[in-house]
Amino acid sequence: MKTIYFDNNATTQVDPQVFEAMEPFFKDLYGNPSSMHHKGGEVAPYIREARRKLSSLLGCEPEEIVYTSCGTESDNTALWSAIRTQPDRKHLITSRVEHSAIVNNVTLLRRLGYRVTEVGVDRQGRLDMEEFKRALTPETALVSFHWANNETGVVFPVEEIAGMCHERGVVFHTDAVQAVGKIPMNLRESKISMLSLAGHKLHAPKGIGALYVRQGLKFLPFMVGGHQERNRRGGTENVPYIVGLGKAAELAEARLGEENSRVRALRDRLEEGLLKIPYSIVNGDRVNRLPNTTNISFEYIEGESILFHLSHFGICASSGSACTSGSLEPSHVLRAMGVPFTAAHGSIRLSLCTYNTDEEVDFTLGKFPPIVEKLRALSPFWKDGAPTDSALLTCDTDSCSVCS
Amino acid sequence: MWEYTDKVMDHFENPRNVGVVSRIDGEGQVGSLSCGDALRLTIQVDKDRDTIEDAKFQTFGCASAIASSSALTEMIKGKTLDQALSLTNQDIAEFLGGLPREKMHCSVMGQEALEAAVANYRGVPVKSAQGELVCKCFGVTDSEIERVVRTNRLTSVEEITQFTKAGGGCGQCKPKLEEILARVLHQTAKEPAGKPARMTALRRIKLIEEAINTEIAPALNRDGGDIELVDVDGHEVLVTLKGACASCPASKQTLADFVTDRLRSLVDPEIVVREYHA
Repeated sequence: MKTIYFDNNATTQVDPQVFEAMEPFFKDLYGNPSSMHHKGGEVAPYIREARRKLSSLLGCEPEEIVYTSCGTESDNTALWSAIRTQPDRKHLITSRVEHSAIVNNVTLLRRLGYRVTEVGVDRQGRLDMEEFKRALTPETALVSFHWANNETGVVFPVEEIAGMCHERGVVFHTDAVQAVGKIPMNLRESKISMLSLAGHKLHAPKGIGALYVRQGLKFLPFMVGGHQERNRRGGTENVPYIVGLGKAAELAEARLGEENSRVRALRDRLEEGLLKIPYSIVNGDRVNRLPNTTNISFEYIEGESILFHLSHFGICASSGSACTSGSLEPSHVLRAMGVPFTAAHGSIRLSLCTYNTDEEVDFTLGKFPPIVEKLRALSPFWKDGAPTDSALLTCDTDSCSVCS
Repeated sequence: MWEYTDKVMDHFENPRNVGVVSRIDGEGQVGSLSCGDALRLTIQVDKDRDTIEDAKFQTFGCASAIASSSALTEMIKGKTLDQALSLTNQDIAEFLGGLPREKMHCSVMGQEALEAAVANYRGVPVKSAQGELVCKCFGVTDSEIERVVRTNRLTSVEEITQFTKAGGGCGQCKPKLEEILARVLHQTAKEPAGKPARMTALRRIKLIEEAINTEIAPALNRDGGDIELVDVDGHEVLVTLKGACASCPASKQTLADFVTDRLRSLVDPEIVVREYHA
C-alpha cells in the first residue's frame, strides 16, 4: 500500500539529501568539536556552515542561534531565561491555543505565584489583540505567542506584537515550530527577542531544535554544562543532527516559494473538494493561515473513526477529537475557538508538504466522501442524508458543564 | 496509535447489526454528541420466551465504540433478557480480544445501553442511572461508578476515568471518586479472597470446563459412565451423557443432583444443568 502523508504538522519525512549530509558524521567524522586535535578540528567547519544555513533561513546572525534537542527544549529555555533574568517581573502573557510546552509551564508558574494572562482567540482562531494590549504591563516578564497554530495553521501577527512589546521593553518569544520553512522570515528586521524551531517539522530528523536569541538579550541557559553554544547550552554538540538541520534549512529556503504556491494550491484544492461533503466546515481563519494546513470538521461523526478508515487506504491525517488524544475532551485549540463540541469531535487536520502530489489529492478526494457516508450511516444523529433531532445531541443531565 | 486487536478492527470496519430493529420493543440511549460518543440500541423481544430476537445499534464514536456496539449486539441476540443482563463490560472487552485501558469506557457504554434497553422494555427505571450525580461533565452517577469499580476490580481514580469517563473533564469530582474507590475497596476486601467480585462469562466457562474434566467426569468414569460439555449459556450448562449412565433409568436424577451440586459448589451457586438431546 502506498502511503499518502498529509500529517506534516505532526512530523515530516527526513529528506534523502538531509540523510546523505548526515551520514559521514556517523562514520569518519566522529570528532568532538571541542577537541584539540585534527579529529575535532575537522568537524568544526561543518557546524559553522550548518549554522550559517539556518541563520540564512531565519534572516539572523549565525551567532544568534542556540542548538537544542527539540522545540520543547527551545520553548522551556526561552521561558525560563526570561523569568530568571527578570526576577522582579511576575507577570506573563501567552494565549489559550499554545503548544503543551508552554501550556504546562503556565500551570507550573501559576503554582509558583506568577500571574499569567492567557489571551483568547475568536471563532476563526485569531488572537484578541485588544485583550493582549490591555494585559501588557511594565510587570510583564515575557510575552509568548506561537507564530502559527499546529492544528488550524492560523498565523498570529507576531511581528506587529513584537514591535509593541519592544516599545514597552518587554521580552517577546515566539514558538515558530510550525512556521519556519512555510513563512518567509527576516528576524533582522523584526523585534522578536527569541524564536523556537524544531528540525523534524522541516524534513530534518527528530532530536534537533534551535532557539534564536537576539544579540544583546539577557540570557541564562536552561541546560547548564560546558562552554558549548557560547555558554548558552551545555552538552556536546549533536554534530550529525546539527548538520542535518543545516541541510534541511537550505532546502526549506529553496522551497519557500513552492510551499506558498504549489503546496498552497494543492491544499486549496483538497480543501475545496472536501467541503463539497455536506455538513463540513473549515476551522480557522482561511486568510491568515499556513499554506499547507487545513482543518475541517465533519459533523455528526467522530474523528478517530475517520482516521482509521483513511489509514486503511494509506492516508495519514490527524484529528482534534477527544478519542485521539487519550484525554476525554476535544482539542484545547478548538475549544478556545468556541467550535461546538458537535463539530470538534469530527475535526480532521490535513497538513501537506512539497512531496505531496496532485494524484494524492485526487486519490484522497475519491476515498473521503464514502468514508464520511459510511460513518454517518452508523450515526444515531443521521438519517437519510440529513441530521436527525436526536435526544442524544446533548446529554440528559441538566448540570452538564459541556451542554449548558 | 491505539493498539486495537484484529477483532476490534473487524467489528469497526464491518460492523454487525447496524440500524434499528423492525419492531422496537426496547430502546437504550447512552452518551451524547457533545461527550464524544453516543450509542442507541434497539431490541426486539420474543415475549413468550423472554428472549432477544433481534438487536441493532447506531453509534457515534471512535473505532472501539463502534466495535463494542457491534460486539454487544452479536452477544445478546438469542439470549434471554436475564442472560443478556448478566453480561458485563468485561465480557464485551473479552469478546473483542481486549481494549486499550483508555478505551474501556466504550465497553461500559455498551453494557449501559443494554441495561437501559431492557429496563425500557420492562417499563422499570434504569438501576445504574439512579444515585447521586458525581461527574457533571460526563453525567456519571455514584452507583454506575461503584458497579464498574467492582466488576473490573479497579484500584485508582485514573482507571475510573478510563472506564467511565468520570473525572475526565474539569476534574472537580476527583476527591469524590477517591471516596467511592476507598469505600468499594474497603467492602471488597471483606469478601472472600480468591474469588472475583463478579464472574465474567469467559471465566465461568473455563471453571465449568475445569470442574467437569478434573472432578465430575472422573467420578462418572469410575461407574462406567462419561459426561461431555456441549455448551454454556449464561448460567445454563448443557451436557451429554455417554456409556453406562445413558441407559441408567436414574441417570436424569443422578445428573441433576450430582453434576449440579458439584458445579454449584465449585463454580457458581446459580448454575442450572440441562441434558442435551441431539
